Amino acid sequence: MSVRHAVLALLSEGPKYGLQLRQEFETRTGEVWPLNVGQVYMTLQRLERDGLVESYNAEGDGTQKPFRITPTGGGELGEWLRTPPDTASPPRDELVIKVLAAVRVPGVDVHDVIQVHRRHRVELMQRYTRLKAATPEHDVGLALIVDAELFRIEAAIRWLDAAEARLQQFSVATPVRAGSAVSSRPRRDREVGR
Amino acid sequence: MTVALELRQVSKVYGAGPSEVHALREVDLAVRSGELVAIMGPSGSGKSTLLTIAGTLEEPSSGEVRVAGTALSSLSRNDRARLRRRSIGYVFQDFNLLTGLTAAENVGLPLELDGVQVKIARRIGLEALEELGLGDRAGHYPDDLSGGERQRVAIARAVVGDRHLLFADEPTGALDSVNGESVMRLIHAACQRGAAGVVVTHDAQMAAWADRVVFLRDGHVVDQTPTPSGPESLLEPGSRR
Repeated sequence: MSVRHAVLALLSEGPKYGLQLRQEFETRTGEVWPLNVGQVYMTLQRLERDGLVESYNAEGDGTQKPFRITPTGGGELGEWLRTPPDTASPPRDELVIKVLAAVRVPGVDVHDVIQVHRRHRVELMQRYTRLKAATPEHDVGLALIVDAELFRIEAAIRWLDAAEARLQQFSVATPVRAGSAVSSRPRRDREVGR
Repeated sequence: MTVALELRQVSKVYGAGPSEVHALREVDLAVRSGELVAIMGPSGSGKSTLLTIAGTLEEPSSGEVRVAGTALSSLSRNDRARLRRRSIGYVFQDFNLLTGLTAAENVGLPLELDGVQVKIARRIGLEALEELGLGDRAGHYPDDLSGGERQRVAIARAVVGDRHLLFADEPTGALDSVNGESVMRLIHAACQRGAAGVVVTHDAQMAAWADRVVFLRDGHVVDQTPTPSGPESLLEPGSRR
């Protein structure tokens, strides 16, 4: 999460004070990413140093100065919004590593390992869905964040489903290694048709 | 909460001899009033068989199905048919609405079949549609409705009158994710009003609307999620990434 660009996005709506920025950042992200005041002011200082925002004297005698975005800042924000996040190399996914390892470990049924992770992810999705069900309709920000989490978790479940089907297909074609307990569960897949 | 539906050691075998297929094996399942249960599992795991047996559309080879404490096997054919007409609602992937009837007529049809006067049945149908925000579609024929609207009409038909058991087989299978979500919201709401619901789906996003998810594999119940306790918060430990 780039605080720097989130601040630019908030300032693109109009000038704002530091405290106000922090409050709006948290509200817009459904309070999922808490931010401390120090982070906001440090970010504002750096943005000002780089010429992306500027502070100015507002009417009234408040000691705090509001900030506004500069044309350079606007350009930087537009550039950032359209830059794809880094997806170049596949991330090291712990779930994938665990399933790969489970295939090899004697005495472990990889299907049981897959089911443990599937249940855990479905439980997580149930929790996010309950949160969504309780979210007021106007809170689009929170709904978008919850949807993103749900799709991310769902992708992992779909991978687990595919992995299970692939392993089942593979085990039909491959004889079981001596000393392995992978085949300890009786095979039933030909007995069930619907 | 009372147990609305119970399966005890239910097995189902199709065919005989070498072509014998065990679709369900000694399945135990209890669904309470007000509870929505989702059944997940790969193709061929027995999901649809479980739903048709629980929904009294098919009989088990062995074991027992009880609705509100009464064993179905103790009921006469006529009593079972009456139970189906009065107490059970079904929702299918392909909506199964009659194209020659309007939305309100479709919703009122189960009541009409049960002997309720046509005028009264249609009024109740209209009210059920209004409750689901489809009042302005009551006079439309299914062909004039979108997929999402058709499924919402089908849900209104499934819960119209005094139905307290709701069975749905891939109800969102023909819908995009936003329409699928609104369908699951309706099923979820029907259960919160007291119905017991069983939804078969391969879609985890849809299953996640359930209070409990039961996993089937090769005709067995292999696992299930615990029933939730208390409200959710994104900031609760364990729910954050």
